[in-house]
Amino acid sequence: MTKNKLADRAATVFFWAMGLLIIAILAWFLIRILGRGLPHLSWSFLTGRPSEVRAGGGVGPQLFNTFYILFLSLLFSLPIGIGSGIYLAVYARKNRFTELVRVSVEALSSVPSIVFGLFGALLFVNWLGFKFSILAGAATLSLLNLPVLVRVTEDAIRSVPASYWEASLALGSTRWQAVRKVLIPSSLPTLITGVTLVAGRALGETALLIYTAGLSVSRKVPDFDPMAMGETLALHLWYSGSSSLAPDAKEIADASAALLVLIVLGLNLLIAIPGRIIQKKLSGR
Amino acid sequence: MGTKKGLSLVLAAVLSIGTLTACGSGNDSKGSAGASGSPAASVQPSQAAKSPEISGTVTSSGSTALLPLVKQAAEDFMDKNPKVTVNATGGGSGQGIKNVLDGTSQIGNSDVEASAEDKSKLVDHVVAIAPFALIVSKDVTVDNLTKQQAADIYTGKITNWKDVGGKDQKISLVHRQDSSGSRKLVQQIVLEGKDFSKEGVVQDASKTVAEAVAGGSGAIGYVDTPYITDKVKALKIDGVAYSKETIKGGQYKLYGMEHMYTKGQPEGATKAFLEYIMSKEFQDTQVEKLGFLPANLLSGK
Amino acid sequence: MAYQSLNTQTEPQTREAARWTGRQHGYDRWMRRLFAISATAVTAVIFAIVLFVGWQGAQTFKDVSFTDFFFSTEWNPSSDNPSFGAFPFLYSTVLLTLLSVVLAVPLALSGAIFMAKIAPRWMREILRPAADLFVGIPSVVYGLIGLTVLVPFLGKLFGSQGYGILPAAIILAVMILPTILSISEDALRSLPGRLEEASLALGATRWQTIWRVLLPATMPGIMTGVILGMGRAIGETMAVFMVIGNSPKIPGSLLDSTTVLTTAIVKDMGNTFYGTPWNNALYLMALVLLLLSLGLILLIRVVAKRREQA
Repeated sequence: MTKNKLADRAATVFFWAMGLLIIAILAWFLIRILGRGLPHLSWSFLTGRPSEVRAGGGVGPQLFNTFYILFLSLLFSLPIGIGSGIYLAVYARKNRFTELVRVSVEALSSVPSIVFGLFGALLFVNWLGFKFSILAGAATLSLLNLPVLVRVTEDAIRSVPASYWEASLALGSTRWQAVRKVLIPSSLPTLITGVTLVAGRALGETALLIYTAGLSVSRKVPDFDPMAMGETLALHLWYSGSSSLAPDAKEIADASAALLVLIVLGLNLLIAIPGRIIQKKLSGR
Repeated sequence: MGTKKGLSLVLAAVLSIGTLTACGSGNDSKGSAGASGSPAASVQPSQAAKSPEISGTVTSSGSTALLPLVKQAAEDFMDKNPKVTVNATGGGSGQGIKNVLDGTSQIGNSDVEASAEDKSKLVDHVVAIAPFALIVSKDVTVDNLTKQQAADIYTGKITNWKDVGGKDQKISLVHRQDSSGSRKLVQQIVLEGKDFSKEGVVQDASKTVAEAVAGGSGAIGYVDTPYITDKVKALKIDGVAYSKETIKGGQYKLYGMEHMYTKGQPEGATKAFLEYIMSKEFQDTQVEKLGFLPANLLSGK
Repeated sequence: MAYQSLNTQTEPQTREAARWTGRQHGYDRWMRRLFAISATAVTAVIFAIVLFVGWQGAQTFKDVSFTDFFFSTEWNPSSDNPSFGAFPFLYSTVLLTLLSVVLAVPLALSGAIFMAKIAPRWMREILRPAADLFVGIPSVVYGLIGLTVLVPFLGKLFGSQGYGILPAAIILAVMILPTILSISEDALRSLPGRLEEASLALGATRWQTIWRVLLPATMPGIMTGVILGMGRAIGETMAVFMVIGNSPKIPGSLLDSTTVLTTAIVKDMGNTFYGTPWNNALYLMALVLLLLSLGLILLIRVVAKRREQA
């Protein structure tokens, strides 16, 4: 008995230690990234043009391209992703086709991003003639987003209490009316949180964009031309670490890393966490 | 009116707005470039008087060794020609030739000559000479290797620095990847076509080779000279160090001609860009500053 | 409320209302079709990828025999007499994935138990979003840390160059930790409370309850998390590329330079010509990668089925 109690004590101590260890690892990562990068973040770094050989280059165009590519890729993938999610959550019957779609979504979510990159390079860059461009990058990136969006939408819609749906149908509304007027509005907070996660992943993608978006930036900021080359922040980080001749390439890499983490952090704080609170309030009542 | 249709309408609208604003901002930046770029203003009028309209987009891709030079040239060239956009991206020599052949880019950069089959479809522009050097970690006491010794080290026959006159220390090799132009060059000139050893670390860019050598102990690597830093030591080969003179005199053999290929004769902005790189102005000032040597070094004039 | 609106809808049965209802049913049919088309499009994408990569990869066998590709250790594509043995890449991919899972699982599982059963509520509230945040950190950032911290540290510690499977596995373990942790925690939390209560009522300590009752019951959920983590580890490219060393051979030790499938592809893809045996071989590696990932997904489905039956 005392032996058991002792083991229990020891286990509790062990789990606390493990929990704290994980927190320590994660905190160390954050502190290391932000600690190295934050001192180099400045207004001129955020808005300036990159420089190849001189010190003091900025990431203005890369910052813009990052969000522009993200925006376009969501534009392409949201309609299809949400559409499929609604189909699976609302319309799908238990049959072969539904099963096929489900397996496809899971399979798609497991495809390594480099494979998407190869696919995009041949389909968009070569065959469709997009060349290295923001458009080619965004189109390829949207394939990566798709499966997660489908899953997020399906989960969000399923999280709406069944009674809402039943009540709506009982009132004689069509399924589409119920989806539009009841399901989508009440699942919106969850949906937005999910899309934020997708965005976070897309922001940092590199392997996929090297062969589709290119490593150069347009001369003007902002340049909305989707056919321009579009090096993103994550790509610039990789380029600065591996090829750039600028004497301050290391600092630029550190600062870009910190900036990327800040953006992901900001997305979470600005969108995901309020979403979670709203959701809690809605479901609590 | 479904959300689906609504979204696709939004999609179309945004795309077209995107292109519209692109044109609009293009005009804006022209004006602002003229206003803010006052130091360059002295060049601009004369340029405009000679050739009033150079415009368009030039895309160049390929060799990472040459990339700094192309990027620098692009920066300068765009300062002078506000209507031209020059995209310079890397990817490697093989990708450069591949992209120019399939039309993805107008210029393909390569450290090595294209294969005979590809060459027949391309026009070659030699824009610079890139000296390459064998570099070692600072803790290596050896200063000089014969070509034979260097070859033996890279084929894996010699694995300890004491066999080439250094201290008893294991040699760690740093390579470029199989498809790299630099690797091909070293294979041709130093190894005389023999295969590289599989031991060691492979890096995908000259800069990471230099960093791996700087960070390692007893490490040896090969890079083009712009990437040599003060954290590594460049070796003499057969007693000769790389310099403008030794290359011109033919004593130092490890260098590559940097090629910029176009598919057919270049036209418009591409032609103007290549002419700028070959111009005395660029060759005399920027090329050597970047660590390369002028293209006409060997031909005398 | 509901009763009232029901009345307002049924009462004025004018022609106008009937037409309105008819239109709504029309929209419903159209939207249903649109949603089904979206779902079909998603399915088409994965089929297109498998077919395309598979077809391109299969071209390799015009020049290289099946056994050479999968079992030969001789990878020398740029030689005059090229050889395309991808076995070292396969070997290292499996080794790296297993090692990173071995490093991550004990920590992730302990963390999940801590968060689900031991940690105070406020701590959980902080940790959960923090874990999500770490899924969102770009892999190049992990790679950068590996390259600037881990590789020099291991190099000094063991007197080698510091590149190899070990630093890659450590980085990957940190990357997949949040995935395994949050899925395992969800699984632990979704267990019916009576299971725990019954065990505690029978006089078991908290530790005994966790070890004997809760963990076995959540095994399928944990397995799902582990397999998803493996999927991420297999497919990770840039972070691994920066620290693994990339020489085309079977590693002699965990700190010996080697190449995995993803980095073999990214290393030479840009420089090789479309349609050459070398380029095709890279597509074949992508296909192998794809099939490995799909295999893992099938595994998850099997695990999930068993969970339903249990």
